Amino acid sequence: MTQAELSDPRQLEPLVEADNGSNWREYFSFSTDHKVIGIQYLVTSFVFYLIGGVLAELVRTELATPQVDFVSRETYNALFTIHATIMIFLWIIPTLTGGFGNFLIPLMIGARDMAFPKLNAIAFWMIPPAGILLLCSFFVGPASAGWTSYPPLSLTVNKAGEAIWIAGVIVLGTSSIMAGLNFVVTILKMRIPSMPIKKMPLFCWAMLATSALQLTATPVLTGAMILLSFDLLVGTAFFNPTGGGDPIVYQHMFWFYSHPAVYIMILPAFGMISEILPVHARKPIFGYLAIAYSSIAISFLGLIVWAHHMFTSGTPDWLRMFFMIATMVIAVPTGIKVFSWVATIWGGKLRLNSAMLFAIGFVSMFVVGGLSGIMVASVPFDIHVHDTYFIVAHLHYVLFGGSVFGIYAGMYHWFPKITGRLLDETWGKVHFALTFFGFNLTFLPMHVLGLQGMNRRVAEYDPKFATINMICTIGSYILAVSTIPFVINAIWSWSKGKIAGDNPWNALTLEWLTTSPPPVENFHVDPVLTTGPYDYGYEEEEEALVS
Amino acid sequence: MQGSIADQSSIDLTHSEATAPVAASHHAEHPDLRLFGFILFLTSESMLFLGLFVAYLTFRSVATSWPPAGTPDLELLLPGINTIILLSSSLVIHKADDAVKSNDIAGMRRWFLITMAMGITFLAGQLYEYAHLEFGLKTNLFSSTFYVLTGFHGLHVMVGVILMSIVLWRSRTPGHYSSEKHFGVEAAEIYWHFVDVIWVLLFLLLYIL
Amino acid sequence: MKVPSTITALVVGITLTLASLWIGQNHGLMPISASVEAKKIDDLFNAMMAISAGLFFIVQGAILYSVFFFRRRPGDDTDAAPIEGNVPLEILWTAVPTVIVMWLAVYSFDVYKAVDGGNAIGSNHMAHQHAPTMAAMPGSAMAAGMPSGSMFSNPLAAPPISVGENATESPLVVNVQGLQYAWIMTYPETGIVSGELRLPQNRPVRLNISANDVIHAFWVPEFRLKQDAIPGQETHLSFTPNRVGTYPLICAELCGAYHGGMNTRVIVQSPEEYKAWEDSQKTVAAKDPVTVAALIYDEAMASQVKAMGFGSDHSVMSHLRHEAISMAEVVEIAQSL
Ligand code: HEA
Ligand code: HEA
Ligand code: CUA
Ligand SMILES: [Cu+2]
Repeated sequence: MTQAELSDPRQLEPLVEADNGSNWREYFSFSTDHKVIGIQYLVTSFVFYLIGGVLAELVRTELATPQVDFVSRETYNALFTIHATIMIFLWIIPTLTGGFGNFLIPLMIGARDMAFPKLNAIAFWMIPPAGILLLCSFFVGPASAGWTSYPPLSLTVNKAGEAIWIAGVIVLGTSSIMAGLNFVVTILKMRIPSMPIKKMPLFCWAMLATSALQLTATPVLTGAMILLSFDLLVGTAFFNPTGGGDPIVYQHMFWFYSHPAVYIMILPAFGMISEILPVHARKPIFGYLAIAYSSIAISFLGLIVWAHHMFTSGTPDWLRMFFMIATMVIAVPTGIKVFSWVATIWGGKLRLNSAMLFAIGFVSMFVVGGLSGIMVASVPFDIHVHDTYFIVAHLHYVLFGGSVFGIYAGMYHWFPKITGRLLDETWGKVHFALTFFGFNLTFLPMHVLGLQGMNRRVAEYDPKFATINMICTIGSYILAVSTIPFVINAIWSWSKGKIAGDNPWNALTLEWLTTSPPPVENFHVDPVLTTGPYDYGYEEEEEALVS
Repeated sequence: MQGSIADQSSIDLTHSEATAPVAASHHAEHPDLRLFGFILFLTSESMLFLGLFVAYLTFRSVATSWPPAGTPDLELLLPGINTIILLSSSLVIHKADDAVKSNDIAGMRRWFLITMAMGITFLAGQLYEYAHLEFGLKTNLFSSTFYVLTGFHGLHVMVGVILMSIVLWRSRTPGHYSSEKHFGVEAAEIYWHFVDVIWVLLFLLLYIL
Repeated sequence: MKVPSTITALVVGITLTLASLWIGQNHGLMPISASVEAKKIDDLFNAMMAISAGLFFIVQGAILYSVFFFRRRPGDDTDAAPIEGNVPLEILWTAVPTVIVMWLAVYSFDVYKAVDGGNAIGSNHMAHQHAPTMAAMPGSAMAAGMPSGSMFSNPLAAPPISVGENATESPLVVNVQGLQYAWIMTYPETGIVSGELRLPQNRPVRLNISANDVIHAFWVPEFRLKQDAIPGQETHLSFTPNRVGTYPLICAELCGAYHGGMNTRVIVQSPEEYKAWEDSQKTVAAKDPVTVAALIYDEAMASQVKAMGFGSDHSVMSHLRHEAISMAEVVEIAQSL
């Protein structure tokens, strides 16, 4: 293995200090370096995560008791609307595609930057203004019709806030389209010559599938938003029955984007898990091609299942049946991934560090959300649980237990590459334990609430649900606390953490070949592939043969 | 390590130097991807229009009568002429492409000017039609979709014209465009064709169907 | 990849299956079932619970096993044996989920046809057909707990029967209208207007659901049925309540600030009791449906205000009135009924 020779001479690169200390200002500038942009995404969206989380804590506090005693009903609706909007458009999507995608893709394919560095920077700099705008809507009364913003309701409450919300969504959508475009070109055209597409790390496959969705689905959302804004501001009646319009058309357009959006929010996490598990299990990924193709399959199927969010919207029978079957089929490619991951750690030599714990936690939590997903895909059952806390439970299991766990795993795994220093392991494990426990305590009971008859988006509820809601609220506080060790750990380790060296995990993918943090332009010399991305354990085999 | 750097010495060498030369050599080598990117952008754009078209068709299919009773029907002559102008402009702009490919910059600019003229005529015709229609944006569902779709397309025509004017402006500096490198010209042309195709679909949807 | 010996595999498999089946039947997660349809949906849910439990155990079990038994020994820095895949295994875990979801789709389809939660756009044909005998279902559902391809044909094999004892009897038609923030029920046959939904036991019901401002959703958890009330388009729901009792009628679609308060009651009564109520109401209705509707709206609001724990606070009432629709509109609606 060449990595030994490579890493030694640069163990204690001055670069490490250089990149942290002197030019921190760079991170507040219009930099076109994909690594800087990646870090800008990661930090910005994490701040938004904390804000969205605080909103969630307010939601939970209101729900601690059956009465409306903490915030007004109007405020409550605003809280969960903005909570969801921030979590989806300003946290998960920017972190996964913008953050990790930007930092890792060029490194993993041996490129020196993204295909369109300027476009990349523009895409990022659209996000902070949009986010701040969205938060400012609290001064004028924010959007309060849920993150789905169904007309006619969305046309009747808080017009100003709704207008801001629409503007924000359009800007964020455009940014996401730009990013997607950049990734497709980069991944397809900028790999080092010695890397055929079938030797690409699986994260690249996942990002390819994700970007395809960003490119094809997001514009339709923009279309919906344009029509909605006309109804809202000009007074047309596209979605307003009183003027002959049809609110259901909005639902179709919205979900044509927003279902694929959920795969935009999970596929990159899938990719990261496929990177992290083999490294810390010291074992090749199980079924490379199957996982790669299942990403593509999921992204394709993701485009033809949107109406499963509309099973009670008076959708014609045959449509419901079609969308039910199409939706259920997604269990197959996803199952392939899940089982392959399990098979990857099976018989491995697991290094149970924080990154690995979160990665394994991801698999185990996502399966729960996935299974409830298949349940709600069944029309007769969904007719009962649609718009109940069963759905809230499902979506948090996949979005938090899935996406967020995946993000944390990625942060522990690539922090050394990003900063040149390791995150503290002990605090990392504390973080994992608290998060895992708090998460399940918050969201597992919600399944019961939904089945028993508690509808979502309500500030007051039947007192018979009081106990379970109190449990959820307590869980959510633990979840909130769980983020604090991570925040402190990250801030502290960034400047004072243990020096990582180029390749602390003995990983094979290209990003570990260069220094930590990587220099501008990533590689001093274009690397040449000598092995596949996951060829662990072959050395031992050879040695065994020799002796 | 998936990759490795064959020659140790070369590393130290490049490492001791500034990264700039590496950068230079690098940017020289990697091919021009702007065209590919631009085409991806247009696929995305067409999804936006597709979304709006399907929405229109749904409104239409759900409505009991279409266009809703009492909608004054559309005058076909002017939009017909407009369509012909726009379609032929696609041929004209293609001439510009041929010209630049044979290093005839003057010709390229001439053809671009003509295309722009045609584009502007189209917009003018559109505005004239708007001014003389009996129904307004809010008259009914049909009128709303009509104005939003055509208006949105008109916006794209305008962008196309602006693109061309930028190309013209840049072409002032001799050697900015040549038979080898003329991404701007190509992009403007492709975009114009795209706007054209969209119009044909629009025309069929709104006027003929 | 270490393949455990067939014996242990068998034992584990059987225990897993039994555990899953037990969970599928005894999770006790659903509220009381008060309609013929609820029973079928519960059976479907039980089947899915069994399957999910099975899959959950398999995946989590394998994960936990690996975490405990495949940990890196301290000091051992070597890699594990390089296994890149295992074709038969991969085919297995592609085929089994495919079979399961196909089976689930077919089963769901049958239940859907049976409960007829559909006929959304009034397309009532095909209803009450192709229903598998539910007796057969749990059995096949159980088998499904174990992903072995032997059980998925049951629902297909099951002979069709018609739903509900009195599927023949003409359904009781009720017009249900949602408005911010109340439900108004009208019985076209008798002209009765009511703020609650009263239904006779064991008689098929057909609801014509409409909304006059924003989207609402009619939901009765004990019936397991939900249908959006969409302004500008009538939707329908057909079912047969089969258990006497009082159940919550909940608005399930976000419809504004007081969405959470937009609840009322469904009262299922014995045919006799129902008849009595009908007669008592007819006299009232005969007087003046309009004012009745107005009264109902007031009542609904007042009860909401109480439910919200304000007592009958008038400032809140007026706020609600402001929030919601003017009395004039209510009268209008009432006349339109
Ligand atoms: C990361 C985001 C994410 C992901 C990945 C998913 C994944 C899935 N979701 Fe979910 N979903 C949401 C986010 C997500 N969802 C959100 C946010 C909402 C609510 C929106 C709102 O109303 O606010 C929602 C709502 C939602 C609904 C609408 C419910 C309703 O409102 O009534 C439905 C219905 O079909 C659904 C289905 C599914 C399915 C089938 C999957 C599948 O992809 C899951 C596939 C995975 C597995 C099945 C597990 C692993 C597989 C195996 C172990 C193999 C064996 C399994 C079987 C044979 C079953 N989701
Ligand atoms: C990725 C997406 C995501 C994430 C991560 C979360 C995270 C959380 N969500 Fe959310 N949620 C959604 C997406 C998400 N949610 C969506 C899409 C909806 C649907 C909205 C709708 O109906 O329209 C929803 C709705 C929703 C509801 C239902 C509201 C309703 O229907 O009435 C609830 C209720 O409990 C809830 C709770 C929570 C909680 C407790 C968390 C917790 O995980 C949050 C954890 C807390 C933190 C991370 C904060 C930590 C920070 C601090 C405590 C401050 C400390 C400060 C410093 C250290 C500087 N969410
Ligand atoms: Cu009516 Cu919610
Ligand atoms: Cu979905």
